[in-house]
Amino acid sequence: MIGVEHYVVVSSILFVLGVLGIFLNRKNVIVLLMAIELILLAVNLNLVAFSAALHDLTGQIFAMFVLTVAAGEAAVGLAILVIYFRGRGTIAVDDVNRMKG
Amino acid sequence: MIQTIAFYLFAALTIASAAATILSRNPVHAVLFLILAFFNAAGLMVLTGAEFIAMLLVIVYVGAVAVLFLFVVMMLDIDFAELRAGFVKNFPLGLLVAVVLLAEMVLGIGAYKSGGLVLGTADGTNAAPAGTTNIEAIGALMYSRYLFLFEAAGLILLVAMIGAIVLTHRQRGDTRGQKISKQIARRPDEATVNVKPEVGKGVQL
Repeated sequence: MIGVEHYVVVSSILFVLGVLGIFLNRKNVIVLLMAIELILLAVNLNLVAFSAALHDLTGQIFAMFVLTVAAGEAAVGLAILVIYFRGRGTIAVDDVNRMKG
Repeated sequence: MIQTIAFYLFAALTIASAAATILSRNPVHAVLFLILAFFNAAGLMVLTGAEFIAMLLVIVYVGAVAVLFLFVVMMLDIDFAELRAGFVKNFPLGLLVAVVLLAEMVLGIGAYKSGGLVLGTADGTNAAPAGTTNIEAIGALMYSRYLFLFEAAGLILLVAMIGAIVLTHRQRGDTRGQKISKQIARRPDEATVNVKPEVGKGVQL
């Protein structure tokens, strides 16, 4: 029988894969943003699974807000990426030093 | 029985396509695998009865975000082979962090399975009323109890939209755009003149 634990296992594996993706693709911002999307997907899966397990809709409503923020984050992130590429001709984020931070 | 088969199918495909997303050489393939991962995660959500969030996931992610990613990947002319240079170098550290994270989560799930802490249960105020569909119940809750949060979400999307437009918009010098203030400032008496030229002479414009 499938329980909430199965969902937690799947979403934790998904989360770990997202974190691994951030480490593996340190130079490529596009894949980095995709890894962040994977992490947010894992969070959403967790929220929905517990919402179903507890018979409480709050989790699903919160998942919708997470989705909203994820969509906005992707849009603004890609916009920053586009202007960065326009200025430098590359998207390697390893040597971002324009602000001398 | 069929639920178990469906769960394992969706879960395996979700994890496999998530792994392919972070490992694939070509970012276009990575975006397509991301779409597959979102589809299968939506399938997992449908299994629990959360159809609305599942459909939202398909519409928002596959319809908007993934297409946006694909658009940016194909618009920028990037040497992706060069970007993968640190892949092997970063692999051990990344794997270490991932294994530590996974071990912590396995520990947490194991502790939960052997009788987890009870921090309270849902009080039932947000439970779906009997006999309503998932979308009806979510709508009733979202437009009453979470109305202000819902409007705040709309505001977030508006700010993100304005931010993306402001960031990527650029004034180009070689186009002849409409100058609205100049058009409004025009008056009829200075816009037209009535001349009566003599025969054989030209008109001064």
